[in-house]
Amino acid sequence: MNIVNNLFHSTLGKKYLMALTGAGLFGFAVIHMLGNLQVFLGPEALNRYAHFLQSNKELLWPARFGLLAMVALHIWSAVKLSAENKAARPVGYLNDPAPPAASYASRTMLMSGLIVAAFIIYHLLHFTVKVEPVNLTGRDFDDLHVLDNAGRSIHDVHQMLVIGFQQPVVVLFYIIGVGLLCLHLSHGLSAMFQSLGLRNKAWWPALQQSAKAAALLLFLGYIAVPVAVLLRLVK
Amino acid sequence: MEKGMNLTLIVWRQKDAKSAGSFATYAARNVSPDMSFLEMLDVVNEGLALRGEEPIAFDSDCREGICGTCSCVINGVAHGGQKATTACQLHMRKFRDGDTLTIEPWRAKAFPVVKDLVVDRSSFDRIIQAGGFVSVRTGGTPDGNAIPVSKEDSDLAMDAAQCIGCGACVAACKNASAMLFVSAKVSHLGLLPQGKVEQDWRVLNMVKQMDAEGFGACTVTGSCEAVCPKEITLDNIARMNRDYGVATAKGK
Repeated sequence: MNIVNNLFHSTLGKKYLMALTGAGLFGFAVIHMLGNLQVFLGPEALNRYAHFLQSNKELLWPARFGLLAMVALHIWSAVKLSAENKAARPVGYLNDPAPPAASYASRTMLMSGLIVAAFIIYHLLHFTVKVEPVNLTGRDFDDLHVLDNAGRSIHDVHQMLVIGFQQPVVVLFYIIGVGLLCLHLSHGLSAMFQSLGLRNKAWWPALQQSAKAAALLLFLGYIAVPVAVLLRLVK
Repeated sequence: MEKGMNLTLIVWRQKDAKSAGSFATYAARNVSPDMSFLEMLDVVNEGLALRGEEPIAFDSDCREGICGTCSCVINGVAHGGQKATTACQLHMRKFRDGDTLTIEPWRAKAFPVVKDLVVDRSSFDRIIQAGGFVSVRTGGTPDGNAIPVSKEDSDLAMDAAQCIGCGACVAACKNASAMLFVSAKVSHLGLLPQGKVEQDWRVLNMVKQMDAEGFGACTVTGSCEAVCPKEITLDNIARMNRDYGVATAKGK
């Protein structure tokens, strides 16, 4: 198959995979942030939304497998391309000069990406698998329950966030993790249009500015929750 | 007589492709600010020859910025960092008396060092051979405007055609990627009606050869367009990426 060969065995094809999976993962990041912001609508709204997601197993697991597949492809192409890029210059320049015009974000995509991957693993252990030792509160998040409007006992996600984010160290992890994600996106969001060829001269400056703006908005939206809890604005 | 500049040069010296190289330091005395960078090297070389030492080997040909032969990385920047300028058109007045300059060859696996600052760029020739041409029936000169070309397409194609294939894009890219070079050739031919016919085939073959030569991928850092003496832009890389996607989607 030429299509598979062109995508998986060429530099351009791997950049296509990187851009397409990156776009999908960005879409997830936006939806996830919007879901999180329901914290500010009160415990009932957030818990109802969380229960709605958790109880639809037929949708939950395909979505999780889809995300996992995108993450796997994104990382696979990143690692493969980085190795090829390194091999393309066996002898470097004296004193390792910074490449001209290259932004900090563009030069550190692999490193920011790998740290974000580590943060995501921590985040999953923290709030999804709910491994008690990593939340540093001494409490088991699985034990938190609340009654919904119909009188059923559902998981109290709101309470979990409030207890979890009262730990300053944990909040710091989240700020660093999300900060690096947004640094990654400030370059990646415009670079994906370049890699897919979906831009021309007229769109390029606007795309680059929008990518930075979107990354900043995402950063603010994500850290709003832990910071608000830490400052006791959400109880 | 006006006193010239005194400079310290740290130059990559390598006997041949098989030998290991190292940096050597030379003093360049009484350098006229009106000399080009390569003329300064000529003067240093004369001094070396008089002392019975091996002159510094470097590539040059036209010395007027249009052939793409000169190739050195000066203070870590390909062609020395003056906008839209090749090393041969860079003048010593851009430097200051007492400066220390490092001079290195293009660094890339696909550009092996032949000697000192001279690298083998035949990988670019092989990329051109893989698709950087238009198959036409040669014959008499065609009538002017027999094939209509829009002004916009013609301008963009001519902008891309300015690429002199010097390889500064590769030298500057943190990944030693040849995307700017290849995309300039792909755009130059693919934007015109005569070249459009073979565009799918061309872009796939040229990219395949680019990968086979061991150039890296594009991280969209923009270093290539920053150093390009002919101001080839990243727009060309976007066009090549699009053409590659279209050709792939067609199952070519």
